[in-house]
Amino acid sequence: MGEPASKIEVKNIKDIGLDEGVARLTPEKIETVVNDVIDNETGARLKVYVDTCVHCGLCSEACHYYLSNDKNPIFAPAAKVKQTLWEIVEKKGKVSPAFIRRAAELCYTECNLCRRCAMYCPFGIDVAYMMLIMRRICHKLGVTPQYIQDTAHSHSATMNQMWVKEDEWIDTLFWQEEEAGEEVENLRIPLEKEGADVMYSVIGPEPKFRAQLIYQAAVIMNAAGVDWTMPATPGWDNSDMAMYTGDNEMMARLKKEHFETAMRLKVKRIVMGECGHAFRSVYDMGNRALGWKMPPVEMVHALEFYYELFKADRIKIKHKFDKPVTLHDPCNVIRGRGLHEMARYVVNKTCATFIEMTPNREHNYCCCAGGGVINCGPPFRDKRVVSNRVKADQLSAVKKKGVEVCIAPCHNCHGGLEDIIHHYHLGLELKFLGDIIYEIMEKPE
Amino acid sequence: MHTLYNFVSGPLAWLAFIVFIGGSIYKIVTMARLAKKKDSAVYEYWDTGFALRSIAHWSIPFATVNWRKNPIMTLVTFAFHISLIAVPLFLCAHALLWKEVFDINWWYIPDGMADVMTLIVIGACFYFAGRRILRPDVKYLTSTSDYLLLLMVVMPFFTGFWAYHQWPGYRMMFILHMLSGEFVLAAIPFTRLSHMLYAVFTRGYIGSEFGAVRHAKDW
Repeated sequence: MGEPASKIEVKNIKDIGLDEGVARLTPEKIETVVNDVIDNETGARLKVYVDTCVHCGLCSEACHYYLSNDKNPIFAPAAKVKQTLWEIVEKKGKVSPAFIRRAAELCYTECNLCRRCAMYCPFGIDVAYMMLIMRRICHKLGVTPQYIQDTAHSHSATMNQMWVKEDEWIDTLFWQEEEAGEEVENLRIPLEKEGADVMYSVIGPEPKFRAQLIYQAAVIMNAAGVDWTMPATPGWDNSDMAMYTGDNEMMARLKKEHFETAMRLKVKRIVMGECGHAFRSVYDMGNRALGWKMPPVEMVHALEFYYELFKADRIKIKHKFDKPVTLHDPCNVIRGRGLHEMARYVVNKTCATFIEMTPNREHNYCCCAGGGVINCGPPFRDKRVVSNRVKADQLSAVKKKGVEVCIAPCHNCHGGLEDIIHHYHLGLELKFLGDIIYEIMEKPE
Repeated sequence: MHTLYNFVSGPLAWLAFIVFIGGSIYKIVTMARLAKKKDSAVYEYWDTGFALRSIAHWSIPFATVNWRKNPIMTLVTFAFHISLIAVPLFLCAHALLWKEVFDINWWYIPDGMADVMTLIVIGACFYFAGRRILRPDVKYLTSTSDYLLLLMVVMPFFTGFWAYHQWPGYRMMFILHMLSGEFVLAAIPFTRLSHMLYAVFTRGYIGSEFGAVRHAKDW
C-alpha cells in the first residue's frame, strides 16, 4: 500500500451542478442577484466585518484547510472572504461567471462553517456567517454542487433528506421495533403518542442507512424508562441541507414542520440523535429564520440526554467499555452548544480508558465533512480528506498512545472521520456514543 | 511659515477633531440603526455580561489561545496599541495644549517614556509591514491600502519624534506632524482604522453568541 495522497489540485473540480449553473449566468444576472442579497438580506454585520478586518492573518492557523494544505494562503479564513465577499462588495456585484464558479466551489467545499476562526480573530469576525451569505448568493444564482442540491430537493419534496416516503418511514420503525423486540421483550417504539415527555427525532440517513441506531435508541429509551414517542408524519427528520445550500426559505419550512410536529404531539421536549448540523439548524439557524429567538420547543442533543440519564442513574452498565477510546468534539454541539464536558462525563462513565486528542473541546479541529461539505459528494471527497491532515495527525497521535476506538457523536463527523481513517490507514474503529452505551448497558430481558 | 502654522494648528485642527468625532458618531449611529433594521439578531442576542467577558479576555495579553500561539505579535500589537493611544493623549506637550486651549488639567507621561513609546509605535509599524511582506498568508491578504494605513499611522510619530528632538528642519517637521496627526484622526471613521470604533461591538456580539447561546468560550 502506498503513502496516502497529501496534495490535491483544489481548483475547478468538475461538478455538473456548479458547471451548468455557471454556464447559465450572465454578468447582469449576477449583479442583480448579488445586490438583491446584499441590499435586502444583509446589513450592518457584513459592512462592519468587511470594514473591521485589518488583514492581519491571525485567523489563518485556526483553519484545518490552511494547516493541512501546507499553509497555502488561499485557505486562510480571511483569504476565503477576500476571494468571495470583499470582491463582491467592492465591485458591487460586477463580477464574472468565472469568479462565481470559484467563489461557489470555495464557499461550499473549502469551508466547514465550523466557526473555529471566530475564536482566533481578535475582533471576533464571523467568517462562517460570510460564507453562508456567499452560499445564499450562489443558491439564488442556481450555482450549487449537484449532490447537496439533490438532498435539498429531497427536503423540498418529502420534508426529509433521503427521499424516504411516509410508509417507508413507518415500516422502518416497525421493522426496528420487531428486531429490538427479539432482544428485549415487549420493547416498543411508540408512534404518535400524544403528551409523551420526549419526541425523538433523527436525521434522514438513519432510516435509510443506519437503522440500527433507531434500534439502539429504542433499547436505551426502554431501559431508562423514558416516556417517548416518534412521529409517524413528516417532521420526523431534523436534518437540514437546505440550510447549507443557502435555501433559507426551505430551511424555515423544515424547522416549522419539525416544531409543529412536536407541538401537535404535545411533547415536553425534543431529543435528537447524535447529529451536529441538525442541532445547529434546530437550535441556532432554523429557529431564527422562523423568528424564534430560541427553539419554541426545548431541544436536547443526544449528548446532553445521555448525560442526564447517567447523572440520574437511569442507565446501569454491566462493565465499562474496555478498548481505549478517544473523543472527537463535533463543532456544532461543542462550539455550538458547549456540550464538551457532558460528553466527557458520559465517556468517563462508560469507558475504561479515555485518551484526549489535542487540541480539544472548543478548540478541536473539525472533521472536514461538516457544513455540508461531505454532502457535496464524491467530486470533492479527496479535497476534504487531504484538507484534514491535521485531524489525521491528531488521530494518529492518540493511536500511538493505544487508542483503538474514536467516538464521534455526530453523523457528519462519522462520515468525514471514516474517510480520514481509511485514507491515512489509521486502523481505528469509529463509534457513536450510543453504540458504546448500547453495547455495555444492562438491558431488560 | 507662520500663516501655515496658524492654519494647521488652528482651523485645520478643529476640522480634524470635528470630522473625527462627528464621523465616529455618524458611523456608529448609522451602523446601529442599520443593525436594528437588518440584523435584529445583534440586539436580540447581545448580552453585556458575556460581551464583557469576551472583550476582557481579548484585552489581556496571552489570555487567549491565539495570543499565546503568537507571542511576538501579541507583545508587539499590545505595546503598539497602548503607545498609540497613550502618547497622543498624555504627552506632556499635548497636555499643555489641553490646558492652554480648554483649560483642562490633564495627566501626562514623562518625556523619556513618551520617546520610548514613540519608538515602539514606529518599530511596530515596521514589524507589521515586515509581516505583510514576509508571511505568505498575510501577504495574500495585503493590498496597497494596508501599507498606506501603516504609513498614515507612523507619520505623526515619526515627525513628532523628529520635531521634539529638534533635528534639522524641525520646524517643517512640526507642521508635518500636526498635519499628519490631523489626517489620521479624520481618517479613523472612514478607513479600516474604524476597527477602533467597531472592535468592541464585533467582539461583544460574538462573545454574546458564544456565551449566552452556545455556552462555549470564544478565546
